[in-house]
Amino acid sequence: MQPFDLVGSLPLIVIWLALGAVGIVIQAFVRNTKLVFGYYAGTLAVTGTLAALTSYHKTTAFQHMITVGGYANYFDVLFCAAGLMTMLAARPYLQRSESEYDEFYTLLVSAVSGMILMAHSNNLVVTFVGVELMSISFYVMAGFFKMQERSVEAALKYFLLGAFASGFLVYGMALLYGATGSLDYVDIGLAAHGGTLRFPLLLAAGAVLMTIGLSFKVAAFPFHQWAPDVYEGSPTAVTAFMSTAGKAAAFSAFIPIIMAVMPVGAGAAAAAYAPQLQMVLAIIAAITMLVGNISAIAQTNVKRMLAYSSIAHAGYLMMGLVSGSADGAAGILFYVTSYVFMQIGAFVIVGLVEKADGTNVMLDDYRGLGKRQPLLAGLMAVFMFSLAGIPPFAGFFGKYLLFLSAIEAGFTWLTIVAVVSSVISVYFYLGMVVKMYFQEAEHATEPAPTGMAGITLAVATIAVVVLGVLPSLLLNIYRTW
Amino acid sequence: MGVSALLATIFLPLAGSLAVMLIERSQVKAIKVTTLVMTVITFLVSLLLLPGFDRTSTAMQFTINSQWIPALDAGFRIGIDGTSLLLVLLTTFMMPIAILASWDSITKQTKEYYALMLMLQFGMTGVFAALDTFLFYVFWEVILIPMYFIIGIWGGKDRIYAAVKFFLYTLAGSLLMLVAIIWLGLYGVEAGVGFTADLMKLRMIAPAIPMDVQFWLFMAFALAFFIKVPLFPFHTWLPDAHVQAPTAGSVILAAVLLKMGTYGLIRFNLELFPQTSAELAGPISVLAVIGIIYGALVAMVQTDIKKLVAYSSVSHLGFVVLGIFSITVEGVQGAVIQMVNHGLSTGMLFLCVGVLYERRHTREIGDYGGITNVMPRFAVMFAIAMFASVGLPGLNGFVGEFFTLIGAFRSPFLNNWAYAIISASGVIFAAVYLLWMFQRVMFGTNNNPENHHLRDLRTIEYWQLVPLVIFIVWLGIAPRTFMDLSEKSVQAAVGKVEFYKFSRPSQQP
Repeated sequence: MQPFDLVGSLPLIVIWLALGAVGIVIQAFVRNTKLVFGYYAGTLAVTGTLAALTSYHKTTAFQHMITVGGYANYFDVLFCAAGLMTMLAARPYLQRSESEYDEFYTLLVSAVSGMILMAHSNNLVVTFVGVELMSISFYVMAGFFKMQERSVEAALKYFLLGAFASGFLVYGMALLYGATGSLDYVDIGLAAHGGTLRFPLLLAAGAVLMTIGLSFKVAAFPFHQWAPDVYEGSPTAVTAFMSTAGKAAAFSAFIPIIMAVMPVGAGAAAAAYAPQLQMVLAIIAAITMLVGNISAIAQTNVKRMLAYSSIAHAGYLMMGLVSGSADGAAGILFYVTSYVFMQIGAFVIVGLVEKADGTNVMLDDYRGLGKRQPLLAGLMAVFMFSLAGIPPFAGFFGKYLLFLSAIEAGFTWLTIVAVVSSVISVYFYLGMVVKMYFQEAEHATEPAPTGMAGITLAVATIAVVVLGVLPSLLLNIYRTW
Repeated sequence: MGVSALLATIFLPLAGSLAVMLIERSQVKAIKVTTLVMTVITFLVSLLLLPGFDRTSTAMQFTINSQWIPALDAGFRIGIDGTSLLLVLLTTFMMPIAILASWDSITKQTKEYYALMLMLQFGMTGVFAALDTFLFYVFWEVILIPMYFIIGIWGGKDRIYAAVKFFLYTLAGSLLMLVAIIWLGLYGVEAGVGFTADLMKLRMIAPAIPMDVQFWLFMAFALAFFIKVPLFPFHTWLPDAHVQAPTAGSVILAAVLLKMGTYGLIRFNLELFPQTSAELAGPISVLAVIGIIYGALVAMVQTDIKKLVAYSSVSHLGFVVLGIFSITVEGVQGAVIQMVNHGLSTGMLFLCVGVLYERRHTREIGDYGGITNVMPRFAVMFAIAMFASVGLPGLNGFVGEFFTLIGAFRSPFLNNWAYAIISASGVIFAAVYLLWMFQRVMFGTNNNPENHHLRDLRTIEYWQLVPLVIFIVWLGIAPRTFMDLSEKSVQAAVGKVEFYKFSRPSQQP
């Protein structure tokens, strides 16, 4: 526990220096998009590699402000991978729309740096800084097509509602501080589990407010209303990134907080409210899944459909929080990892099919894609089956782990709700496959050439299949923490 | 040798599927030949299971027990007993026939079609060989995707509706089964063996689960299997899927896919939850009997031949379920043999319907009449299939139905003659609807000019049917050849239920 652990903090330091010191300078003097793209892609690659290499080094740093190693580094790698995959797919996409500006990559890396901070955070203030850094980058990215009304509208909506949610988050943090006298997760956890609380009610209220704030970030019911509009209006490449890495980041912050404030099994005075908090999370999870999936059925726009489905996936993920156990956390980690790959994959294909003016994103536009573009349609089908949770794809195993953790915690009813909503979700995922394979096209429009997005798709597909068949690859990593 | 033969039987189709995907799309002939050769080799390899199979043992044989996901104690555990051996052989036997049946009738997207067919075989064999609940579930679901595409792309007019309905129905059932599988695994922790998906371990500990919980677990498994069988009232997806699927799809669906449900009832419900099985034998048998009669009555009024055969499946599989839940050695043996029978005879009926459909592009009974005169060779084959399905003594159907009825008659669990007596009338109904259909299609006067010049069976069609006839007669005359294989495993399963029901003091409060 050195005050400044340079080895452990290396990923953070690298991305900050690259972004804040060098990146700004490059962009101030050089107007070369290719260079900027390469520079930031390299930054993410180096950061991810460093995070992977230093993950063995588990400790806390900067006066316990951040944790390093293990869990946090796992998320670092995931965020960098998601960022790289998005960058590769975004470049041809933005070029087609003639709105490729260097700032896009800056913002993306800045969002990644915020996410990394969230994952490393061991302190409420650090978490808040991370959340805001990520969110503000997202607000700007959502409005990146600044000449398109719906893109600007998405940005504004996202900003207004997001700012509101941040208020809840901060208020919750303040109450937690009031209840425990500390901003440090470990101290909060000790207070909650050890029963040295002076105001248990304050802790409960703080936990609930923070849950509300983070529920907004993961788009869980009843704070999900922004998601469809924002996901639909934003440029597809941005949606791909926001709906995956953004959600993963929110959960990376959610898990430690819940673990700290939910004293499951502890015989503490504060344990009295634990079942209620568990129940609140379970109910949010259940309604989120149902609302997301049922609303998705009625959609005709693919981006909106995927937006609602991403709400439902937030519901599944929350099942892991309900148990508050290590199994639940492992379930969330696995599911969110597979989710990042399958959802980015799906959105990249949506981006390829989409025309430069933002049309051609209706479900009906996918008719006959199986004949016109067998490869693209085949990959889309793989992602759809994986999102629907059909083995042998990664999505299935993630669901299996989440179901397992919920049943283990005694929430069999929640699992049954999840099962029912999974069946509902299969209907619209299959609907996509039906359009692509079983129906003929009325008017054929050729998708854009794949370009670098092909790399993203290849990585996503391999990940979805390999993680589905050999889940132990990741499970073994979780066991080392 | 047996172990490697079993491994090869499971994985050869997968290898074949990947091989087909690598062949150039335009090389249609090469694709077909590769698929056929692969399925024939798989069948030959699966025959190698027979010499090493010890039919005097109740244990699982040719077992492999290797780790897959250590954290969840889910392993690649496979092995077969007599029941699964028969069904594995049925699968490998029907596949080449189904491929031949697709030879000329599948003209679009042939590459995808044959790759999916092989993928389907991989999943089906896996289901029958899996000795691990997790692995079983994965195989069970893997089947959905190829079958969904086979119905949806190469099916008839309402194929989309049928494909989606098939998928959703099956998935709804099987996801609840997944919940039960997880619950069982967690029960392993309580029972002291740790979280597990190992079926052999679960068989030891599952009977100790409290009765009220056991009831729900039983129901979760049973629902998945009832939908697949399909047992009345969960059968509504079947006529749609059968009618819309291409001929080979219907053949595989009827011959093998439905057997996954009845197999699951024996392997999981009977063997894992003996007490609940004994408890619920009555109500489930009532559903089976209703299915027998209902399926037969609905079949009687169909005007579409394929739909008629589909409803006859509902009726025939009612016998299988009745046999299983009579929980007597005769009954379950009859059920196992009836599974094979139904695969052969209904598979053959679907092939015959396919032959007619290919010539006339209609399945309406009213469009036919007097076909015997123009297609004499076909008439013989169709008649054999029809009589086998009716249950004529000397052919296979009789053996299975006879044994299930004896089982139901004698069963100490049902303890009521009514089951057997009412079901027996189902046999008579079968004769009514099948003979009547045959009469209207094949006999009478050939009035419709379009039916005047139909081509008799071509060689390729002829040779699809001949192997089936051989086994239909063989099973009818010498059923012992086949029943010996499964006898010990069935005795063990039934013995376990009887033990919990009669020899041990009941655990109920």
